[in-house]
Amino acid sequence: MSGLLVLLPTSGLLAVEESHGAAMSFPILTMLILVPFIGAVAVALTAKSRPEITKLIALIASVGTAALSIWLLFAFEQGEAGFQFSSQHAWIEQWGIGWHLGVDGISLFLIVLTGVLFPLAIVGIDAHHGPGQEKPYLAWLLMLQAGVMGSFLSLDLFLFFIFFEIVLVPMYFLIGGWGYENRVYAATKFFLYTMFGSAFMLVGIIATAMLAREDVGRLTFDLVEIAENANFSANAGRWLFFSIAIAFAVKVPIFPLHTWLPDAHTQAPTAGSVVLAGVMLKLGTYGFLRFGLYLFPEAAVWSRSLWLTLAVIGIIYGAIAATMQKDLKRLVAYSSVAHLGFIILGTFAFTTQAISGSVLQMVNHGVSTGALFLLVGMIYERRKTRQIAELGGIQKVAPIFAAGFMIVMLSSIGVPGLNGFIGEYLILLGSFQTARWWTVVATAGVILAALYLLWAYQRVFHGEPDEANAAFPELRAKEAMVLLPFIAAIVFTGVYPKPLLDRIEPSVEALVTHVADNSAFNIPEPGQQCGTFEVEHAEAHDAEVDAEADEAEVDADADVHGDESNGCESGDDESHDSGDDESHDDAEMHGDEGEEHGE
Amino acid sequence: MISELATALAGSLPAQLPAPTFQGPEVNWFALSPMLALLAGALGIMVIGALTPQWPKGLYAFVSAFAAGTGGALAMVQWDDITDNGVQTLVGGAIAFDTFAMFLTITICISLLLVSLLTDSFLRGTPNDGPEIYALYMVAAIGGIVMASANDLIVMFLGLETLSLALYVLAASNRRSLKSAESGIKYFVLGGFASAFFLYGIALLYGASGTTNITEMVVAFRNGVDLDNSDPLALAGIAMLIVGLGFKVAAAPFHVWTPDVYQGAPSPVTAFMASVGKAAAFAATIRVLVTALPFFRDDWGPVIWALAVLSLVVGSFLAVVQTNVKRMLAYSSVSHAGFLLVGVEAARNTAGEALPGDGIAAVALYLMLYSVLVIGSFGVITVVSKASGDEDGDSSLDSFKGLAKRRPTLALAFTVFLLAQAGVPLTSGFIAKFGVIQAAVEEESYVIAVIAMVAAVVAAFLYLRIMVNMWLADPDGGDEAEAVVMPFSAGVAIFGAAAFTLFVGVFPGWLIDAAETVSIIAR
Repeated sequence: MSGLLVLLPTSGLLAVEESHGAAMSFPILTMLILVPFIGAVAVALTAKSRPEITKLIALIASVGTAALSIWLLFAFEQGEAGFQFSSQHAWIEQWGIGWHLGVDGISLFLIVLTGVLFPLAIVGIDAHHGPGQEKPYLAWLLMLQAGVMGSFLSLDLFLFFIFFEIVLVPMYFLIGGWGYENRVYAATKFFLYTMFGSAFMLVGIIATAMLAREDVGRLTFDLVEIAENANFSANAGRWLFFSIAIAFAVKVPIFPLHTWLPDAHTQAPTAGSVVLAGVMLKLGTYGFLRFGLYLFPEAAVWSRSLWLTLAVIGIIYGAIAATMQKDLKRLVAYSSVAHLGFIILGTFAFTTQAISGSVLQMVNHGVSTGALFLLVGMIYERRKTRQIAELGGIQKVAPIFAAGFMIVMLSSIGVPGLNGFIGEYLILLGSFQTARWWTVVATAGVILAALYLLWAYQRVFHGEPDEANAAFPELRAKEAMVLLPFIAAIVFTGVYPKPLLDRIEPSVEALVTHVADNSAFNIPEPGQQCGTFEVEHAEAHDAEVDAEADEAEVDADADVHGDESNGCESGDDESHDSGDDESHDDAEMHGDEGEEHGE
Repeated sequence: MISELATALAGSLPAQLPAPTFQGPEVNWFALSPMLALLAGALGIMVIGALTPQWPKGLYAFVSAFAAGTGGALAMVQWDDITDNGVQTLVGGAIAFDTFAMFLTITICISLLLVSLLTDSFLRGTPNDGPEIYALYMVAAIGGIVMASANDLIVMFLGLETLSLALYVLAASNRRSLKSAESGIKYFVLGGFASAFFLYGIALLYGASGTTNITEMVVAFRNGVDLDNSDPLALAGIAMLIVGLGFKVAAAPFHVWTPDVYQGAPSPVTAFMASVGKAAAFAATIRVLVTALPFFRDDWGPVIWALAVLSLVVGSFLAVVQTNVKRMLAYSSVSHAGFLLVGVEAARNTAGEALPGDGIAAVALYLMLYSVLVIGSFGVITVVSKASGDEDGDSSLDSFKGLAKRRPTLALAFTVFLLAQAGVPLTSGFIAKFGVIQAAVEEESYVIAVIAMVAAVVAAFLYLRIMVNMWLADPDGGDEAEAVVMPFSAGVAIFGAAAFTLFVGVFPGWLIDAAETVSIIAR
């Protein structure tokens, strides 16, 4: 891709056309990282005696970032699959490391979410801290925003790793410094779990770059260059995939690596929980899409049963565990485990619908769970408890608050008309075609979600308020202002998801095509009930299938989808010879390169 | 000193060389100028300091720092000479004149400079203040440089002993502290033991190859020597050398002296041991194993592998259960030694080949970055433990409680060092670890790379424990706890080191460039 950029004639018109708008002139993506970062430094340098200036700077930086991200949303070229607004500079040339940023449909809404969530958290949530503590709190929050932004924007493995790691530090201090009673334990657990995953990932990405060196022609950590050129052997690809996937699996978190999550979420300050649930968990699911599937499609397809199974276990386990919680915040935390299971399910279904649903659901989960944590935080501020048993009858004394809570909760359950439904429906619809039985079990999770959330709502809001709850203050204007954007997003996405999906789908489709081209996976045809897998055949016949056969297969590919491996009911015969051997893939991959990712 | 060295060397030249009448080797004095600068400093401060009354405050440290700065600057001049004219050997093949030696010389000089500044704030106003410590620092630094640039095992031994003897005295230099004396004695006994191993190893290798000169040893092993007969002799020699070097680099299982000595020695001396001592010993390890013994790489490779894994595991896990910050950092230095050995293990795969891999460069880079980090860390400990008012300097974990409230800038600097030691990105520590892991992965040593990274996670827990105490715990005295006094010179050293740590973390390119040239070793 970078090669293409260099080769482009410098005549203004063409360059502008090819790079999707005039964005090359203004490095908006770099600014998205730098503005909060500079804000953090500025906040750290202000005098302790002037808290109002500190707050003002933090506000300007975060609102500025939000404005930039919203501007990005509108400048984004709809219908384009490739990366837009690319910004590429050499950084550590000796190691082939570059500052390479880009945005596509998969990352766009996560970036916008990151941009908008932080100012809301900064403005809307009063952290309980002592005098002089506000400065570091705001500085860490802004630093966190810069880190998360960077992770979503990076198209360089090394750069991504740096941002992925660096977010741990501010989050560690936020949980440890401003959290609740068990905060140090939770913060340390969070840090070590994530770093444990990263340990494998670092070795993985270095090995990826090293092994891809021959195919790419130089040592580089550039994601696009490696993904488009490298040709890992099946064995190497699988090892690499797993070394990288483990970091994401911890971050998502996928069962059984989830145990840090309830602690971290529960102990974090409200803003920390909102950010953690809202955007940080998405680093894992996004990582799977951007780095797992894109770099190692063969390995991802090969190991899909494992991930699908773990996802489904996560859905059911998270839901059951949530049902049992006595602590409202912990309940929401466990519901995250379940929701992220859906996202992983969709990711490894490999259909455009399912993955689009996953991407959408990442945003939805960020909005609705973020809002839930916000509301639970408000309850805690009022009652100084999160225990469900000590609450009750709040609806009577604070009906507007209860109404807000209900909308958010219904969105989290996935009630039609609200955003959660769209995401989950797309995931289930898409997954059903390629992962039928997993989907069937996962659907039960939707019912469980209704169970634990409605039950919790009933216990907290219904009934007669006891003495302590009778004085529960109603939603304040300022709180309503913070809550409103969340509810607006929930309703808008639920009623009219088309603008989002229009931007998400082309990129997802390109990714699905990339996966299908580079693995033994075939995209299911419309009307057909499942995708097909030819893993065994592909391996067995690698050596035998010659170039001539390939030619024939290209034509045959369109209508031949034999080899059922998944309870698939397609009528095609099973005996057809494997088509997708590696050399064939190459031919197709290179052919596609230009249209998919040319800039 | 140098002429002594040359004489010793001439004696060590093998007899069969055509040397009918004794002829001193030609000495390119300018090429040795970094050592000479330090030597002048050491002799000057010792002689003049003995003849004059107590110098005005800070002047001793200034002389030492100045000598270090001069030495470092001269080494950079030599660097240019080497990149222009290629590598060579000096003093009749006894000293290697290559960028590897110069890289380590610069590392040692930087360390000496920083430690001098720290020591000034540590000693100022105490009865121990005087020229001796600084003179010993400079002598030790010369020893380290000789070790790092030796092209003859006997010369290397001279360097080792010069370094070690100075360090024994330095460890015990706090005359009013029992712990310091204990530390010196322990270090002396075990260090002497290690030196004996090292020397015996040299003797056995001499028996196997007929020479102690690295250049000739490589030639001897390549053609003349009947490997079948001499194998046991050479292998035993290599084993002895590894034991000796293992002691010096504090690699497990030869690390047991480290926590006691690090804890007992005065904090600036500990910083010096952890930086200069480790850098010199690792440079020697590279020279001995990778340069002199490439033909035995399949023999010493697995040993290094095992030492690396043991150091990583032992260092990381034992560090976690300590309650004294100096002991923690001692164990963490064992873990860092493990990381460095991962780099040595990576260098093994291309040892003796025309195209050197990244192993040597990664180790050299790691040594420089780690030296600065560890001096910064012990610098903070120096300041904090001095502020505790305790005679021996209280360096328990509790003494760091609430440091963020008592002196936020100091806590911030320490946080930078700890995060860097944990290998968090955008710090020099990450670049160091990345280089080593990359070198290992390039040679397909995946297992050791993963072990190293997981050990780094365990070690991260220890750094987090210190950070929790600094940032999240309240000082023992509540809000009335005294602010920590920050002396000027220590402040310069600590914040200089912190700035370097962050700067290299973000812009490592120039240093990587420099480090990549060191793979071409003169021999």
